[in-house]
Amino acid sequence: MSGDAVLSIRGLSKRYGSGLEALKAVDLDIHRGEIFALLGPNGAGKTTLISAICGIVQPTAGRVSVDGHDHQRDYRQARQRIGLVPQELHTEAFETVRATVSFSRGLFGLPANPGHIEQVLRDLSLWDKRDSQIRELSGGMKRRVMIAKALAHEPQVLFLDEPTAGVDVELRRTLWTQVEALRGRGVTVILTTHYIEEAQELADRIGIIHRGELLLVDDKHRLMRELGRRQLRLHLLEPLAEVPAELADWAPSLEAQGTELVYRFDQRDGERRIPELLARVHALGLDYNDLNTSESSLEDIFVDFVAQRSGA
Amino acid sequence: MSFNRHGVWAIYTFEMARWRRTLWQSLVAPVLTTTLYFVVFGAAIGERMDSVDGVPYGAFIVPGLIMLTLFTQSLSNASFGIYFPQFSGTIYEILSAPLSSLEIVLGYVGAAATKSVILGLVILATGACFVELNIAHPVWMAAYLLLMALTFSLFGFIIGIWARNFEQLQFVPMLVVTPLTFLGGAFYSIDMLPPAWQTATLANPIVYLISGFRWTFYGSGDVGFALSLGCALAALGIGLAWVWWIFRTGYRLKQ
Ligand SMILES: Nc1ncnc2c1ncn2[C@@H]1O[C@H](COP(=O)(O)OP(=O)(O)OP(=O)(O)O)[C@@H](O)[C@H]1O
Ligand SMILES: [Mg+2]
Repeated sequence: MSGDAVLSIRGLSKRYGSGLEALKAVDLDIHRGEIFALLGPNGAGKTTLISAICGIVQPTAGRVSVDGHDHQRDYRQARQRIGLVPQELHTEAFETVRATVSFSRGLFGLPANPGHIEQVLRDLSLWDKRDSQIRELSGGMKRRVMIAKALAHEPQVLFLDEPTAGVDVELRRTLWTQVEALRGRGVTVILTTHYIEEAQELADRIGIIHRGELLLVDDKHRLMRELGRRQLRLHLLEPLAEVPAELADWAPSLEAQGTELVYRFDQRDGERRIPELLARVHALGLDYNDLNTSESSLEDIFVDFVAQRSGA
Repeated sequence: MSFNRHGVWAIYTFEMARWRRTLWQSLVAPVLTTTLYFVVFGAAIGERMDSVDGVPYGAFIVPGLIMLTLFTQSLSNASFGIYFPQFSGTIYEILSAPLSSLEIVLGYVGAAATKSVILGLVILATGACFVELNIAHPVWMAAYLLLMALTFSLFGFIIGIWARNFEQLQFVPMLVVTPLTFLGGAFYSIDMLPPAWQTATLANPIVYLISGFRWTFYGSGDVGFALSLGCALAALGIGLAWVWWIFRTGYRLKQ
């Protein structure tokens, strides 16, 4: 177990009653105070992983320790430290915002603390709604109520399972700011997301999960550098039937019915070969009216990576 | 933290608050039903009936009526209390909280049993408006009421975990407990039945439970009080063991 892991997962597996293996011996250490993004397509096992850690799903095998406390043998200590915002909106309809958040605090074994509840509600811009019934709130507000519930017992580790699904751009920005603020207070945040932009913006480290396997965990910047690719796209005036043999060195591809010549290269040395490629294109008498380069997003990285994996 | 009392209290007060929001419906329906029973059985028919074991018929049915309401209300209150969070998904929070299974049961079953006891006392008070009641063993009466409320709330909790839809929640109270209670001597002494039926009736566990409660009122029942109390405690034991098994195996609560 690494020294500053607030959460340490070893060989965590889950096979559902249906026989489906949703988690395959996952090993993962989460560092204290980091923001960790778990990326994966639908059905990859993100929610299952979180549920198995938090006690909602019974793992088939494996161990989890939270701040040194085993999540089954020492479940009170372990769970006390964890806050969970599930993917789906599950709220009581007739409770008031303040009552439901106070309820969560009690559930986690802490005496009432109206001051803390007020602070949480203010931080999430819910204070004005404190006496409203939850059914009267909008979806985005309900999601913030769920976050407030998860923060009511001052957890050290916060799980956010797709916190910004179905949330408008403005609220998403607000939530991001709030996640940053939590990190500022020393809370470790683990979030799952489909929005690559979100992981790119927020996370310190990123883990990619696919079909129950944690394929890769890396520092965000290194991940982008290592796996990030760029592309040069030439819009040809005359479509080509096939890539001319003279360009084979660059292994470009033809797209859009032969009207676009695309050269993909990695971040490190590919770009040094661009002038040479353009000179060769010119020498071949190929005319183009536009040219652009773009960086692959984390999304492309992810898609490439998964494609490679499932191809292998 | 060896006992999460704040957690138990949170569940308990949450459940009681839910009840208070619909207090009117929760109380008025059973009180109205009981009143109807008194009008029909006590006043209309009771006039023409002899006293049973020296107790006027109107007073004789009071313990049975209280038990009937207590059984059905405990079952439906407790089953709804734990079924609904599973239905709405809010159970995630209970499962992820540092609560032992005992604490979860204590919160839900404790609240359901409290409601039932209150309801039982309200019906007792309603009964007292119609007939003269002398309770022979008030302390036993209170203890027995509590025991039955706890036992049936525990069974309700089990039903709430087992049920997959709202119809199944109603299934046991409507189709099992209500008929067995009617046939179990809620409104008559089994001495009044033909001998063959008496024997058959003794196979109905509810007979023993109702008889015990009637004993606390009138000092006599269909069977001895010790036997009734034994059955009541056994029922509680079965409920506890069953719940313990549910949590141990994660039955239907966790995937
Ligand atoms: N209760 C369950 N019973 C059986 N299979 C399940 C259950 N819950 C999830 N699964 C299956 O386990 C796999 C992983 O599901 P999970 O919900 O963990 O995915 P996810 O990564 O969270 O997906 P999404 O991005 O759509 O939320 C899926 O194939 C899903 O169908
Ligand atoms: Mg999910």
